[in-house]
Amino acid sequence: MSLRIVVTVKYVPDATGDRHFADDLTVDRDDVDGLLSELDEYAVEQALQISENSDDDVEVTVLTVGPEDAKDALRKALSMGADKAIHVEDDDLHGTDALGTSLVLAKAIEKAGYDLVISGMASTDGTMGVVPALLAERLGVPQVTLLSEVSVEDGTVKGRRDGDAASEQLEASLPAVVSVTDQSGEARYPSFKGIMAAKKKPVESWDLSDLELEAEEVGLEGAWTAVESATERPARTAGTIVKDEGEGGKQLAEFLAGQKFI
Amino acid sequence: MAEVLVYVDHVDGAVRKPTLELLTLARRVGEPVAVALGNGAADTAATLAEHGAARVLTHEAAEYADYLVVPKVDALQAAVEAVSPAAVLVPSSAEGKEIAARLALRIGSGIITDAVDLEAGDEGPVATQSVFAASFTTKSRVSKGTPVITVKPNSAAVEAAPAAGAVEALSVTFSAQATGTKVTARTPRESTGRPELTEAAIVVSGGRGVNGAENFSIIEALADSLGAAVGASRAAVDAGWYPHTNQVGQTGKSVSPQLYIASGISGAIQHRAGMQTSKTIVAINKDAEAPIFELVDYGVVGDLFDVVPALTEEIKTRKG
Ligand SMILES: Cc1cc2nc3c(=O)[nH]c(=O)nc-3n(C[C@H](O)[C@H](O)[C@@H](O)COP(=O)(O)OP(=O)(O)OC[C@H]3O[C@@H](n4cnc5c(N)ncnc54)[C@H](O)[C@@H]3O)c2cc1C
Ligand SMILES: Cc1cc2nc3c(=O)[nH]c(=O)nc-3n(C[C@H](O)[C@H](O)[C@H](O)COP(=O)(O)OP(=O)(O)OC[C@H]3O[C@@H](n4cnc5c(N)ncnc54)[C@H](O)[C@@H]3O)c2cc1C
Repeated sequence: MSLRIVVTVKYVPDATGDRHFADDLTVDRDDVDGLLSELDEYAVEQALQISENSDDDVEVTVLTVGPEDAKDALRKALSMGADKAIHVEDDDLHGTDALGTSLVLAKAIEKAGYDLVISGMASTDGTMGVVPALLAERLGVPQVTLLSEVSVEDGTVKGRRDGDAASEQLEASLPAVVSVTDQSGEARYPSFKGIMAAKKKPVESWDLSDLELEAEEVGLEGAWTAVESATERPARTAGTIVKDEGEGGKQLAEFLAGQKFI
Repeated sequence: MAEVLVYVDHVDGAVRKPTLELLTLARRVGEPVAVALGNGAADTAATLAEHGAARVLTHEAAEYADYLVVPKVDALQAAVEAVSPAAVLVPSSAEGKEIAARLALRIGSGIITDAVDLEAGDEGPVATQSVFAASFTTKSRVSKGTPVITVKPNSAAVEAAPAAGAVEALSVTFSAQATGTKVTARTPRESTGRPELTEAAIVVSGGRGVNGAENFSIIEALADSLGAAVGASRAAVDAGWYPHTNQVGQTGKSVSPQLYIASGISGAIQHRAGMQTSKTIVAINKDAEAPIFELVDYGVVGDLFDVVPALTEEIKTRKG
């Protein structure tokens, strides 16, 4: 038996940097360093663990849709231990929204061949948390999402979803789309050996024509949503800071009373 | 007037507050038609009518509880087909966003998630989003199809607006995908008696500085003196001091209360992402250089083990 896992990984601007919008109201990617979305490291980790715990022949492919530099995200995932990578890159993808991104990812996943797709719970830039559900809808397979625990056995994926009202045990047959949360288990650091090995692993590059997609189906032109304005939030006016010299609690109560919270 | 579908988040017929906020926002765009699914669906009608629902479409079936997400998408799609609404509004819970996304794809429409405000515009509803850890505010709209928009809790003040609230049975045929993901067990969360974190007007949070599960009782005591919900940083949650369901931040809950009090929390970007839109921010931290102080309206540089109990005492005294 063999199991083909595709892990979707996004290349995002570093959240600790100064993130901005460009003139066309898309994310300015030139001004700030990019990296593999930290939440997708958890998806790579779970794919590797499923592979390590399986008697089957498991192949882990990492897939990204993004600009030239997005190869860095793929390299990171390969150095963690993924087997191969696919980079979907095309100038016409600039400005693609969530529906468009899921279209491109779904086409690429079908072309690559899969039994299981594993995604992060959300990207650290758009933070929508919708792409895994959209992939399940497009691929016509079960969604087993937001898992804090996941396992695969005999063609069945099981997991735990910790929601607001309840914690649920979920189960579905493969093929399926899974997303994992940052509660699923610390992601490993790439070892020196892993980093060296990653340099020799195959990275395929596909463009829209490889996926039989037309330019007008994606990008700003094909988008189902339009951003009309983006304004930087004014910096908060400097607040009052007091040093506690025995009266800190009382002073704070005074402030809260002044604001009518008490 | 055009109708607007509002997806109802309820627990056995008890409507959760974010849905009432949606009804208030929906009235800016059209006439609200509520869709309530699953056990107790019809029991939601009176509350929804008080808050402006002209019609309440209901459907009960075991599928909503026994399988993940897709049965609800099937039902909402049936409602869209029956009503031809001008927009569909869904609460921005994790599940709400997944339902909304699949619906948008099926009906050929765009989706906007995590709106914090909504206005009528010449080309359809315009949604405000607060992005990049609340450092930018964007205005967006759906440019193709029926706008599907998810809205964060605490985005509008609930207004009563009595309406007919006529209950109608929605006719739903489940798709082949509906039974794809089985829910094999469910453990409901125990209620703490405190307000829901995302809905609370005041949130009191503790971080690594609280230094132990047992010490969270001083955070809880402060919260109780203010009728507040309790939050925690990821560091506190990862240490096992407080449940993950109370985590505030990028991968926890995003809260937008009137008052947020952070104790022993440094204010990392991922924590800020979940609380930066709070109206008034207060921090207690012994390190005057902690980044959280950049955000505060009022900050106390001090040991939380001194300041928090003193504050709690003072509040109790003032409240008599
Ligand atoms: C601040 C901001 C707000 C936005 N708001 C909207 C909006 O309201 N509506 C809208 O349609 N679009 C929006 N977008 C665009 C949207 O974020 C992207 O099109 C997109 O990549 C999908 O959404 P996400 O990044 O939020 O992914 P999520 O749904 O949060 O991502 C979940 C997972 O999907 C996978 N994934 C997502 N994108 C990729 C990718 N490019 N390559 C590989 N895997 C991927 C990853 O595994 C990720 O962990 C917004 C973008 C930004 C930066
Ligand atoms: C992908 C990703 C997602 C994340 N998501 C989240 C998230 O959702 N929420 C979140 O919170 N974090 C999140 N984090 C983690 C985040 O980066 C920080 O590590 C975390 O917020 C730190 O928690 P803290 O402020 O409690 O701890 P620290 O940063 O360790 O700060 C503790 C603070 O307590 C103060 N202190 C100590 N003792 C006392 C005392 N006696 N009295 C007063 N002050 C005291 C210290 O001065 C310090 O400022 C995420 C990280 C990543 C990579």
